Amino acid sequence: MSDTATDTAVEEAGHGRLETPSHREAMLEKIAALHAEQAKAIAGGGEKSVARHHARGKLLPRERIELLIDEGTAFLELSPLAAWGSDFPVGASVVTGIGVVEGVEVMISANDPSVKGGASNPWTVKKIFRAAQIAQENGLPTVSLVESGGADLPTQKEIFIPGGKLFRDLTRASARKEPTVALVFGNSTAGGAYVPGMSDYTVMVKEQAKVFLGGPPLVKMATGEESDDESLGGAEMHARVSGLADYLAEDERDAIRIGRRIIARLNRERRGTSYGQDVPSSATYDVPAVAPAYAEPDADPEGLLDLIPSDLKEPFDPREVIARVVDGVSPRNGVAFDEFKPLYGTSLVTGWARIHGQPVGILANAQGVLFSEEAQKATQFVQLANQSDTPLLFLHNTTGYMVGKEYEQGGIIKHGAMMINAISNSTVPHLTVIMGASYGAGNYGMNGRAYDPRFLFTWPSAKSAVMGPAQLAGVLEIVAKQSAESKGEVFDAEGFAGIKQLVEAQVEEQSLPFFLSGMLYDDGVIDPRDTRSILGICLSVIRNKPIVGTDRFGVFRP
Amino acid sequence: MINRLLVANRAEIASRVFRTCRRLGIETVAIHSDADAGLPYVAEADTAVRLPGNTPGETYLRADLVIEAAKKAGADAIHPGYGFLSENADFAQAVVDAGLTWVGPDASSITSMGSKIGAKELMKSAGVPILEAPESPTEADLPLLVKASAGGGGRGMRIVRALADLEGEIGKAREEAASAFGDGTVFVEPYVERGRHVEVQVVGDGAGDVLVLGERDCSIQRRHQKVVEEAPAPALPQATREALHEAARAAAAAIDYRGAGTVEFLYDGDADRFFFLEMNTRLQVEHPVTELVHGVDLVEMQLAVAEGRPAVEGSGPAVEEVALQPSGDPGRAPQGHAIEVRLYAEDPAADYQPQSGVLTTFEVPDEPGVRVDGGFVSGSEVSTFYDAMLAKVMVHAPTREQACRQLAGVLRRTRIHGLVTNRDQLVAILTDPDFVAGRVSTAFLSGWSSSERQRTGVETTDAPLAAAIAIAETQRLARTVQARIPVAFRNVPSQPQRTEFEASPGSTDDVLVAEWWGGRDGYSAEGVVVRVSTSSTDGVSVTIERDGVATTYACRVTGLPGRETVDVDAPSGHRRLVRVPRFLDPSEQVASGSLLAPMPGSVVKVLVEQGQQVAAGDPVLVLEAMKMQHTVSAPTDGVVSRLEVAPGTQVAAGEVMAVVEEQG
Repeated sequence: MSDTATDTAVEEAGHGRLETPSHREAMLEKIAALHAEQAKAIAGGGEKSVARHHARGKLLPRERIELLIDEGTAFLELSPLAAWGSDFPVGASVVTGIGVVEGVEVMISANDPSVKGGASNPWTVKKIFRAAQIAQENGLPTVSLVESGGADLPTQKEIFIPGGKLFRDLTRASARKEPTVALVFGNSTAGGAYVPGMSDYTVMVKEQAKVFLGGPPLVKMATGEESDDESLGGAEMHARVSGLADYLAEDERDAIRIGRRIIARLNRERRGTSYGQDVPSSATYDVPAVAPAYAEPDADPEGLLDLIPSDLKEPFDPREVIARVVDGVSPRNGVAFDEFKPLYGTSLVTGWARIHGQPVGILANAQGVLFSEEAQKATQFVQLANQSDTPLLFLHNTTGYMVGKEYEQGGIIKHGAMMINAISNSTVPHLTVIMGASYGAGNYGMNGRAYDPRFLFTWPSAKSAVMGPAQLAGVLEIVAKQSAESKGEVFDAEGFAGIKQLVEAQVEEQSLPFFLSGMLYDDGVIDPRDTRSILGICLSVIRNKPIVGTDRFGVFRP
Repeated sequence: MINRLLVANRAEIASRVFRTCRRLGIETVAIHSDADAGLPYVAEADTAVRLPGNTPGETYLRADLVIEAAKKAGADAIHPGYGFLSENADFAQAVVDAGLTWVGPDASSITSMGSKIGAKELMKSAGVPILEAPESPTEADLPLLVKASAGGGGRGMRIVRALADLEGEIGKAREEAASAFGDGTVFVEPYVERGRHVEVQVVGDGAGDVLVLGERDCSIQRRHQKVVEEAPAPALPQATREALHEAARAAAAAIDYRGAGTVEFLYDGDADRFFFLEMNTRLQVEHPVTELVHGVDLVEMQLAVAEGRPAVEGSGPAVEEVALQPSGDPGRAPQGHAIEVRLYAEDPAADYQPQSGVLTTFEVPDEPGVRVDGGFVSGSEVSTFYDAMLAKVMVHAPTREQACRQLAGVLRRTRIHGLVTNRDQLVAILTDPDFVAGRVSTAFLSGWSSSERQRTGVETTDAPLAAAIAIAETQRLARTVQARIPVAFRNVPSQPQRTEFEASPGSTDDVLVAEWWGGRDGYSAEGVVVRVSTSSTDGVSVTIERDGVATTYACRVTGLPGRETVDVDAPSGHRRLVRVPRFLDPSEQVASGSLLAPMPGSVVKVLVEQGQQVAAGDPVLVLEAMKMQHTVSAPTDGVVSRLEVAPGTQVAAGEVMAVVEEQG
């Protein structure tokens, strides 16, 4: 499969350069499509529902987040296309992401009450799990902006049992001294009541928050007691009587104000070393004279759009990508990218660079295919990064490990296993960006989703599957033919053409970024031009925990 | 000869006198209250003596302390400046009695001119036309003017338009006069609605010889205080000019006047007639316009006379190189035209309420033809205890029109941050077609509609956007976490950033909203192109290009994050934008119906009791600040539910003094 891709690519390389504008147009089209999908998530429950929500003086989740985070700071939204391709609305009725609150990087999760009252569906739960995992791995406090009508009952079977993890995650985070704060804007009943219940700090909005295990009808059924919402779970009651609310907020804005004050008092100075910090000349709030710690990339990131061929069979030089992502040359960074082993295993580029001042080791596919040399080079490079406690960045454009007699006999499995062994046991943080192809075991070796990179983002140009759709369909045909022949039947090639086409189309669809993002197989599809900023945020976030490389790997079979 | 001179004054005028002293080699001594210890004039003096306390009554008005200071510092002469003790005959005498040289007229001259009623009688007998005061006023005599006899500069003056108010206004004027000058005598005279204030500068030798140095027009006034002064007076027939000069000479000669003085006239342009108003036996605030057009140094002349030398001999080089004639020739006609504006820390939109606080930036362009006599610099604190004049800004140009245009330009480009000033109003005056045409009167500003009075001349469409971006940029530069990630970066952009500013000072109900986006390509906003640059000296420069026309706004951001104030300077002028805080602690918010102190000051009267029923507009208490009394009235009908102050309580601006709980 991969060898053909390489051959074609070499043939077409010349055309590729000539057709650069078309690369840009194709990429811009994909980015526009991405925006259209994001717009669906932003639209929440639709115009009517949003208007009704606003009319009650309430804010949408993203409006709440905009107020919560420090002004002008970034918000890295995670899994924005969750539930894409499912029966549930894009975004899964919750917004999750990382923001800076009072100078502290926090994980924020905000229910979208405009979508079915903020009810959780199976994707909501998965999205929150992923956010909790990121918070745990990076030691972030969590702020939950709560307003949810509970579980989507028709899908309760997929929510109820696994959903318990939600509360377990909260209290375990607390036990790890990763603070948890719940700002309750509306309903948070039944199981949902345990979100404020399990959080370190709880703020409830007056006349809006409603937190109880059972509402008046359930109480009536269970005990015959007559009650009302306010006495069972009103904010005033919880603030003055039950003590579940630590603070009573006048309104939503006030709740956010209190939430910010809570974070400000968590006594969380930035942990770990901070790299590449510009040094203000004075501590005052006057305009500081700043000594820039690093330079912007040597090449314009805008060029990334011209670089990526719309046909992934065409290879592209990842050094061109690296030059547009990593810090440029500056007094403190004499060379932008120091390539390691440039003459060996040339189908994989490895080397050292900085992103937003923070050191990083990069592994990037150059010719798609991974041979034994590339696998060995990668293994060594991962070990080196662990020796120097340097985070790793994987840039995918791989069709997989080489197949064929020569390579199998040359030990490609042993060498691929070494690479996977190194990556699996490496303890420095890994970041992954899927730029183009990510097929087969290449996805594993390059630190795909299953290998738990701290963050994984996808470009709109990416494709990921066990193998290319055409190849997969071809393989199916060969297998079917062999099977027919072994049974002594005549293979109906014409009849199989329909099946082949169907499979090919299905694999093609399921290998596209929106689908994979919908499945939460990445943390988001991103505009390639935003890669540097997003990696910069991620590298800052991972420094909330110490970076310690391992000296223990599994048994290598050299 | 005077060897060491103490200036019994502060700020601008002290600096002004010191400047001449330095040129002449005379050593200088400053006195200062505690509040003034940090002002530039104190550092400019060779020696400074502290007068403990802050109020004028404790400090600059204490004749005994001032003379003691002079002795302690080894001064052999005292210059009184203007205001304070400058027209206090007892002080003048005490200085002489202490064996010191008094740079000013004889105590007897001060006495005879100090009483305005007496002065008028004196002038009447000298043949100078005077305004007759009505014996017992009737409706036909309205409007009337109540004036403090010992006052000056408009203090203690009140216009009465209804006979019924006369008694009360006389009472208030007496009270103010007593507190400001220690003399509660007031008098009443007819109020000429559209008169002009024209005054003549004289210098007498004390033996009946009087030098006349032309006239000044000081008609543009607010609250009866001069704000724009010029020399020579525009639109004045030559015969009248000469008659004025002659009347002034006669007035000064009548009392054998010694030193610099000013004879003030009310000029009725329609009838081409004038009346003697008063004679000021001191250097006037506006004396520099005379210096500019005549090429003289009036302080030097004062010193010469005080030393017993002829005044003219003393008219050395002008204080500033801007004079057209380097060596003075007081006899010749004025050269060109000079205009002075008084830059005050006051809010024209709020009845000229004086402002106090830190003047964070104060930079007047230093250019040919421009003279600045100031008492404050960037970082100075303007206190509530004294006059809020920041500086006098003057331009000397070949013609009046050129002077107007140049001075307006200088003012527009002046950087004043931290305090509200009358700068925009001054620009509006200097560019007003009536003013430029020389159609001036003392009613000029009261003839303006309220919108004219408040017009700023500053194009404001993009000022809030510029300010918002300046805030964002300032915050970005102060950031330590994710420090260089693009501002407001969103991988899923959903809404613009919003920054809100108060549409009018202190109001959070009506807001100016700036909406902008950050991200990969920097700042952007609807319909414009935005560029930003930062320098440590100029703050944040925001260039906004709209329809191909780019304007740069120099923005200086102060205040805590989330509660910033931005001073925006554009070529068209300045705008101070106060941010509506992103968050307000509900417990900080004041109850509606709260009466907040409009400015720092002290409560002189409380007219209600707690629990008392009041109607909207009822006076609740009287606050005295900057020597003016302000009545604070009930905003609505209701009950006084809280009363936090008593007579004598010192209040800060914005402090809750009482709460009127609305009923209904």
